[in-house]
Amino acid sequence: MSPSVPLQEMIRAIRSARTQCEERGVIQRECAAIRAQFRQADNGGRSHNLAKLLYVHMLGYPAHFGQMECVRMIASPRYSEKRVGYLGAMMLLDEKQDASLLITNSIKNDLSHSNQYVQSLALCTLACMGSAEMCRDLAPEIDRLLRASNSYIKKKAALCAVHIVRKVHELGELFVPAARSLLSEKNHGVLHGAVVLIIELCEQNPETLERFRKTVPDLVQIMKGLVLSGYSPEHDVAGISDPFLQVRILRLLRILGRNNEGASDSMNDLLAQVATNTDSTKTVGNAVLYETVLTVLDIKSESGLRVLAVNILGRFLLNNDRNIRYIAMTSLQKIVGTDHNAVQRHRGTIVDCLKDQDASVKRRALELSLALVSASNIRSMMKELLLFLSSCPPELRAHAASGIFNAAERYAPSQRWHIDTMLHVLITAGGDVRDETVPNLIQLITNASELHCYTVHKLYRALLLDISQQSLVQVACWCIGEYGDLLLKGDCQETEPVQVTEDDALDALETVLQSHMSSPATRGFALTATMKLSTRITDNVDRIRSIVSIYGSCIDVELQQRAVEYNALFRKYDHMRAAVLERMPVIEKNSPGHTNGESTGEAVKDVPTAKMKQGEPLLLQQPANQVHRSDHPPGPAVDCLVSGLSVHAAGTAGGDLLDLLGGFEPAELSPVLAYDKGGVTLTLSCEKQSDTGLTVTLTASNSSDSDLSSFTLQAAVPKSVQLHMKAPSGDSLPARGTAKVTQMVVLNNPNKVNLKMRVRVSYTRQGSPFQDTVQIDSFPGLDSQL
Amino acid sequence: MTHSMRFLLLFSRQGKLRLQKWFTPMSEREKKKIIRDMTTMVLARQPRSCNFLHWKDLKVIYKRYASLYFCLAIENQENELIALEVIHRYVELLDKYFGNVCELDIIFNFEKAYFILDEFLIGGEIQETSKQMVNRSIEASDMLQETMEEYMSKPAF
Repeated sequence: MSPSVPLQEMIRAIRSARTQCEERGVIQRECAAIRAQFRQADNGGRSHNLAKLLYVHMLGYPAHFGQMECVRMIASPRYSEKRVGYLGAMMLLDEKQDASLLITNSIKNDLSHSNQYVQSLALCTLACMGSAEMCRDLAPEIDRLLRASNSYIKKKAALCAVHIVRKVHELGELFVPAARSLLSEKNHGVLHGAVVLIIELCEQNPETLERFRKTVPDLVQIMKGLVLSGYSPEHDVAGISDPFLQVRILRLLRILGRNNEGASDSMNDLLAQVATNTDSTKTVGNAVLYETVLTVLDIKSESGLRVLAVNILGRFLLNNDRNIRYIAMTSLQKIVGTDHNAVQRHRGTIVDCLKDQDASVKRRALELSLALVSASNIRSMMKELLLFLSSCPPELRAHAASGIFNAAERYAPSQRWHIDTMLHVLITAGGDVRDETVPNLIQLITNASELHCYTVHKLYRALLLDISQQSLVQVACWCIGEYGDLLLKGDCQETEPVQVTEDDALDALETVLQSHMSSPATRGFALTATMKLSTRITDNVDRIRSIVSIYGSCIDVELQQRAVEYNALFRKYDHMRAAVLERMPVIEKNSPGHTNGESTGEAVKDVPTAKMKQGEPLLLQQPANQVHRSDHPPGPAVDCLVSGLSVHAAGTAGGDLLDLLGGFEPAELSPVLAYDKGGVTLTLSCEKQSDTGLTVTLTASNSSDSDLSSFTLQAAVPKSVQLHMKAPSGDSLPARGTAKVTQMVVLNNPNKVNLKMRVRVSYTRQGSPFQDTVQIDSFPGLDSQL
Repeated sequence: MTHSMRFLLLFSRQGKLRLQKWFTPMSEREKKKIIRDMTTMVLARQPRSCNFLHWKDLKVIYKRYASLYFCLAIENQENELIALEVIHRYVELLDKYFGNVCELDIIFNFEKAYFILDEFLIGGEIQETSKQMVNRSIEASDMLQETMEEYMSKPAF
């Protein structure tokens, strides 16, 4: 076909413009000329004028004045003009433009044109920008073409029908018979269109889907023909016969086999055949394999086939082509919940992908790796994850750090390992961790009493190396302040002994205080730590006194306030100083988002003020500690239980503290073990609400090594007793008691009968359901008659 | 309303648009924004990255052929690998038609690039899976145009 000279001349002129301004000038001139030409009568050059306008439009310039010209050209008897007219319509008109309605008639006429290439233009345009109205109007015509025309037209009509059905759902019913019969065509273009149409009809209407399920055997036959046929020059792509059609059919099979055993069964063999016979050396073969895998995993396939599919994904992970590795990861991510064990088999390869060059692959590998961490592989996985963290791209660090923390919390094999891991993360990526990390780590440290010496030494060393990571510095300061005596003692079994003098420790804290890298919060930590050391050292208390008094005139208001209060502690309240700066009690974790850690920093600060608003959360939320308190005699402030508080109680100035403690009466009675089997324990505690009312709290815990899901409790009581079960806190019980499930049951026993309760426990462990019943005859702390 | 493919864009390494095919209705403003976003995202990609991107709720498959980027947006549940084959098939069709196709061919004969595309894809779906069939259709249409020109003895273009 000879090129359009006028068009190409214009293009050349535009391209030779040296500046944007010059280009605009050329375009303006050309558009003016085009406009003039449009106004003239038919001069034989109309199509190249419109083509010029379309080019200008593609450069981003307005071209709406060409819309009517498109309408005129489409109505022209000349094929060349129709061709450009329809192209213009597809580029400039959409259903929102009024002018688009004007072409409906032309399309209608052209659909029945004697020349198939004219028909083709109309079909293409209708499928591209047909409005709902046009679709309704022309649907019967399309249906006619679907049944009685040549393959060239049928395949286009099929896709037109797809567009119509997407625009006007109700018209789907119209095309069902034609779609069904098109499946017996031999022409691949028509077959492909038919499959797409059927997919669309099934996705829109579940009833239609049911009807089309009968076509599964036909589809299986067609696929078999494609997979087993010899070389077909017409459709071959790198040894695969018509991969596009294969992928589409696999897609339809997926839709038909989903949630249906029968259909899934009948396609099992075929899928296995495709999975094993398809050549995977080229991308196109892998495209078919990929679609096969997606289908297998989505229908009700037998387990052998599923394993085959996951293994294909595993092979993909080793492929040189990073596209293939990437899609393998995304697919594995989707099934890591349902086919966990199968995916675990490929853990090694997945972890290797953490070192992949491609950022997208790395990201996927990180997510998958985190999903695959379990109690049995935590040590090796954490090594890899920490290695990854030290070299990972900055945009992934926050995600990696939080993932590591979660994994460490769930599966830490020992406290020391947990602390080491958290420290490692802080050293490597301290700037990217979330705010709660600092209090969480502090809480963890206080809980590991045997490791205080080890921890403070390790943190001190880290502090000497680098004071830029705020979260690390904050934890280090807190520990030095709290366990400074252990640091100075020097002998620690777990690390090499190092001599730390009082001056060394104070130097470290002062460096943090004075450094421009330290945030205000960090300096607060450092000042408080310095103050705490005043009761843990012997020789340099004067140095501390002077530091504190200097900061009494600090510009930062927060620091100034602290310094002033600590000054007061040195002067007026010196007799209280030892008690106030005593060792902290163990911080209990009450809920995930719990900010107790932050208030521990405040608690020491608050005590010396006259109002004594002390760390209320610390005391009130720990009734258990109240109980323990009376058992522990006041002793040296090394024990991390509440013995420190008992010293307060003895002191006169702690009067208000005592009141606070005295006023607190535990309303609950201690829990009783009601059930213990297979690692699952159920404890029961009661609270009397009234003469006849009672609230029972059931707490379930799982000390076994496997996670439990769908955990539910059901309860039954004697006839006259009213029972109301409140919603449980959750339904999953992770292994090793890392989280509990609680559920409250409200009972009312108006007739005061002998209270008994039968509780049924059900859960799923590794895919198998389990049920058991236990009878509770006595309720703790109550008489047998309420 | 979902189509397998949402749009196809061809642009140069300087971000100049050479072809745009939209498979769902969109306002001019939306189109311009998408073109800006796509060119920025794709041109920023490192040389040896994978050919898949995520953009809003779509997957964007892109591949560079000489000085042209082919950028195809597909629905989230579509098969990325076969989308790469679709792009490749279109390039092969252009190559057969123009003979060693290069960017200049597509610039100076953009309307033919569209005609070829319209014989390969319709409404965001593949209409013909055989290369030869598509080539034959294009040749026949061109022939029709020329014979009509001769018949009317006027240059149509």
